Amino acid sequence: MVSTPLDPNRAESVFADFKGEYTTEQATLEASRCLYCSDAPCVKACPTHIDIPQFIRKIATGNLKGSARTIFDANILGMSCARVCPVETLCVGDCVYNLLHVPPIQIGKLQRYATDHAYAEGWRFFEAGVDTGKTVALLGAGPASLACAHELRRRGHGCTVYEKRPVVGGLNSTGVAPYKMKADRAADEVDWVLGIGGIDVVTGVNVGEQVSFKELEARHDAVFLGMGLGPDTRLRVPGEDLPGVRGAVDFIEEMKLTPMSLAGVKHAVVIGGGNTALDAVREARGLGVGHVVMLYRGDEAAMSGYAHEWAAAKVEGVRAEWRAVAIGFEAGADGRVSGVLCQRLDERRHPIAGETFTMSAELVLVAIGQSKLAGLVQSLGGIEVHHGRVVTDERGATGRKGYFAGGDCRNGGKEVVNAAAEGKAAAQAIHAYLTGGL
Amino acid sequence: MPDLSSNTGGIRSPNPFWLASAPPANSGGQVQRAFDAGWGGAVWKTLGQPIQNVSSRFGAHSVAGAKAIGFNNIELITDRSLETNFREIYDTKKKYPKNAVIVSLMVETREEWRDIIKRSVDTGADGLELNFGCPHGMCERGMGSAVGQEPKVNQEITSWAVEYSSIPVLVKLTPNVSDILPHGLAAKRGGAHGVSLINTIKSIISVDIDRMVPNPRVDGMSTNGGYCGQAVKPIAMHMVAALARDERFRLPISGIGGISNWRDAVEFILLGSSSVQVCTEVMLRGFRVVEDMIEGLEEYMRTHGFANLDAMIGRAIPKYSEWGNLDLNYETVAKIDPALCIGCNKCMIACEDGAHQCIHPAPAGSRVPVVDEAECVGCNLCQIVCPVEGCIDMAQVDNGFTPASWNQFVEEGRVLRPKKGAH
Ligand SMILES: Cc1cc2nc3c(=O)[nH]c(=O)nc-3n(C[C@H](O)[C@H](O)[C@H](O)COP(=O)(O)OP(=O)(O)OC[C@H]3O[C@@H](n4cnc5c(N)ncnc54)[C@H](O)[C@@H]3O)c2cc1C
Ligand SMILES: Cc1cc2nc3c(=O)[nH]c(=O)nc-3n(C[C@H](O)[C@H](O)[C@H](O)COP(=O)(O)O)c2cc1C
Ligand code: SF4
Ligand code: SF4
Ligand code: SF4
Repeated sequence: MVSTPLDPNRAESVFADFKGEYTTEQATLEASRCLYCSDAPCVKACPTHIDIPQFIRKIATGNLKGSARTIFDANILGMSCARVCPVETLCVGDCVYNLLHVPPIQIGKLQRYATDHAYAEGWRFFEAGVDTGKTVALLGAGPASLACAHELRRRGHGCTVYEKRPVVGGLNSTGVAPYKMKADRAADEVDWVLGIGGIDVVTGVNVGEQVSFKELEARHDAVFLGMGLGPDTRLRVPGEDLPGVRGAVDFIEEMKLTPMSLAGVKHAVVIGGGNTALDAVREARGLGVGHVVMLYRGDEAAMSGYAHEWAAAKVEGVRAEWRAVAIGFEAGADGRVSGVLCQRLDERRHPIAGETFTMSAELVLVAIGQSKLAGLVQSLGGIEVHHGRVVTDERGATGRKGYFAGGDCRNGGKEVVNAAAEGKAAAQAIHAYLTGGL
Repeated sequence: MPDLSSNTGGIRSPNPFWLASAPPANSGGQVQRAFDAGWGGAVWKTLGQPIQNVSSRFGAHSVAGAKAIGFNNIELITDRSLETNFREIYDTKKKYPKNAVIVSLMVETREEWRDIIKRSVDTGADGLELNFGCPHGMCERGMGSAVGQEPKVNQEITSWAVEYSSIPVLVKLTPNVSDILPHGLAAKRGGAHGVSLINTIKSIISVDIDRMVPNPRVDGMSTNGGYCGQAVKPIAMHMVAALARDERFRLPISGIGGISNWRDAVEFILLGSSSVQVCTEVMLRGFRVVEDMIEGLEEYMRTHGFANLDAMIGRAIPKYSEWGNLDLNYETVAKIDPALCIGCNKCMIACEDGAHQCIHPAPAGSRVPVVDEAECVGCNLCQIVCPVEGCIDMAQVDNGFTPASWNQFVEEGRVLRPKKGAH
């Protein structure tokens, strides 16, 4: 166990799984429905290209160990991906059954079934390669670095992961919605990945503060940048510093790791229309807030959050206020936020004169994006940063010799599975570099 | 309204659906409930000297998502006393005069046959079925398939039965022979009024791979059993048709083996069955399956204009011929309907690895694989694996050649088209 013990009373523990676990009967039945496509569209839709028909067939035949091996061989984070991937827009969304108007194969649930089994049985599939004597520094203990480190170990390179937080796992531990996966399962995954041996994790070390890149270069043969994104972006409107107005990602991290009371919160307003906003509204409802409103400047069609998530939020009783923005926050007698002052927008998102209104809110979560951390590396010669993203070639090599990147800091913020794919690809590039191929 | 009533060698029933001689027809209570559910007849579980069964006696062949598509058993004939069976047959026949009750029999000596036939006839039953088919246990004692595999013995016992019986006699044949015809002809020579087939096929249903013992496992041992259920239907239909098409045979047939719904029944009838018998499907799902069988058959007869079963029996037989008579110049190619194709590429991998390498990946921007018709031999494999009904059509090609079978090629020198896909 590298992870710090988790608080058993952390607020997220009240949530139940949104997509339940399969029994053996359910899994076998669903698996046997899979058509075992060739050049399967579902595989093409998976960023890590898991051989989906193959792992599903192995569930149907009762070869669970082989099934799990197929998954992990492509994606060592297959257990968390099974739970947190937006499968509706990835593999499941491209399952050929959709074209027949037959329910698509529940690939995520089947993947969860196989990978949970592997964890429960303690099956291990991979061994570290013969020690090469080379070591790699990895920034951040999130999905990108974990996938990268595991792949590097299979090739015999030493790894040290530097993580600024006390918890490891990145947003898998601190960000993903608890009805998909809770922090304890993310911690299990970290242990599983580290089980290959030879990955040192040092927590509480902020690269750039406690340790410099210069020092990393002196200690290691290559550096992988997997530091993800930064804190929530701020709205910059009056009243934003009132108690009760918070960044959504910051709030979610607190909910996932510590106990929290929302007593006194009758109304919550979440500002934004992306996936973090959609998580936040569902989480606020799940924590018992009666009235939860999503305030978004566009309309439903323009929302960047997934339609299937919004559909679920609506069922759970969330309301939306379309085409409006927050222009200020009001304080109550207790000095905490009590309302959001809103401005109505027209179709082109211009303010409509005179159309303002106020919504009650004892909790406001701002979910308009996360800042970029690329500033950290901007000063390093050779590294190019574009729109806050670290620029690399398709395999993850930056313009600076020995520096590679993957995950949110490279792609600007996608999914865990993209971080896993990019981390793994970067490890292959690092291996080529360390063995003289690049 | 088509007439479903059936007549098999003088045994009449309101419809052609009979329970086969097996556990569903083990007792009066069951058979009467089956008649209430709509079954036209029942062949009583085979009577003989009551035996003792093993405890573990059934096994199944299941594939993912489909349980028990094949079934096997190592049970013997009835284990209830003859007195009880005869009393219940009598009661049943009395209560259900219109339904056919057939008594299945298996004993050893001539005296035993005479005795048991007399007692069977006395119950008022409509017919007898001589069980020359059981391929396990009873054959070790010189009965069942041990009789069915010896045409001489078959003929002899059949002639005894016909001599002692005042009601029609059917001979139930075993499929555990290399050619069914001599056995059907032996029954005919013995004077049988009809035959029933098939009984079960010798089989080992599965092996417990941890204990390394075949199933069904009786403590630490097992034995071969009799295979039946949906999986045996193709074998059974071949045997039925092999008898139905032979000029020398021409006896009524009660078709059995893997019949699980009305479509199966229609197929058996088109291949020459006057009635059909069902065991496994009822064991797995109960008597109620007959409702759909009756409705489906009735609707089929209506849509095809068959007023009665006689009009339909054996209609596919003239089209069952020798390979040497098939037209070698008849050509088909696979055509994919792009509007229906879902892009699963199952056809492509099947043709690539298992046929003639003539389905190629979809071009960019399309999900529909491309058939190279110049290379397609028309084997049907892609159509078989395609999950979308009607998506792949095996379309006839007008290649300008006049029909020519192998026999016509050899005997008349007819011209064959150039071979395809034989590089
Ligand atoms: C609220 C929320 C919900 C999400 N839900 C989902 C979901 O349901 N499904 C899904 O697939 N994706 C989801 N995502 C996205 C997903 O979490 C990320 O795409 C993924 O975690 C990116 O992995 P990463 O390793 O690149 O970065 P991160 O997971 O962010 O990990 C980066 C790590 O680096 C550390 N770090 C940063 N700077 C330094 C430094 N200077 N020194 C040392 N360590 C540092 C951080 O503390 C962090 O632990 C969600 C994101 C958010 C914000
Ligand atoms: C458990 C079991 C017991 C059987 N017992 C007999 C029997 O006593 N006498 C007999 O003639 N056939 C017996 N059979 C064979 C069936 O009557 C029938 O011929 C065979 O199962 C094929 O039909 P199906 O595919 O509908 O089951 C038995 C079959 C099974 C499964
Ligand atoms: S597309 Fe659907 S049916 Fe085809 S292999 Fe993938 S999951 Fe199975
Ligand atoms: S019919 Fe046979 S040869 Fe022709 S495309 Fe299909 S699989 Fe290939
Ligand atoms: S098997 Fe059928 S649906 Fe699948 S790609 Fe081929 S033609 Fe299309």
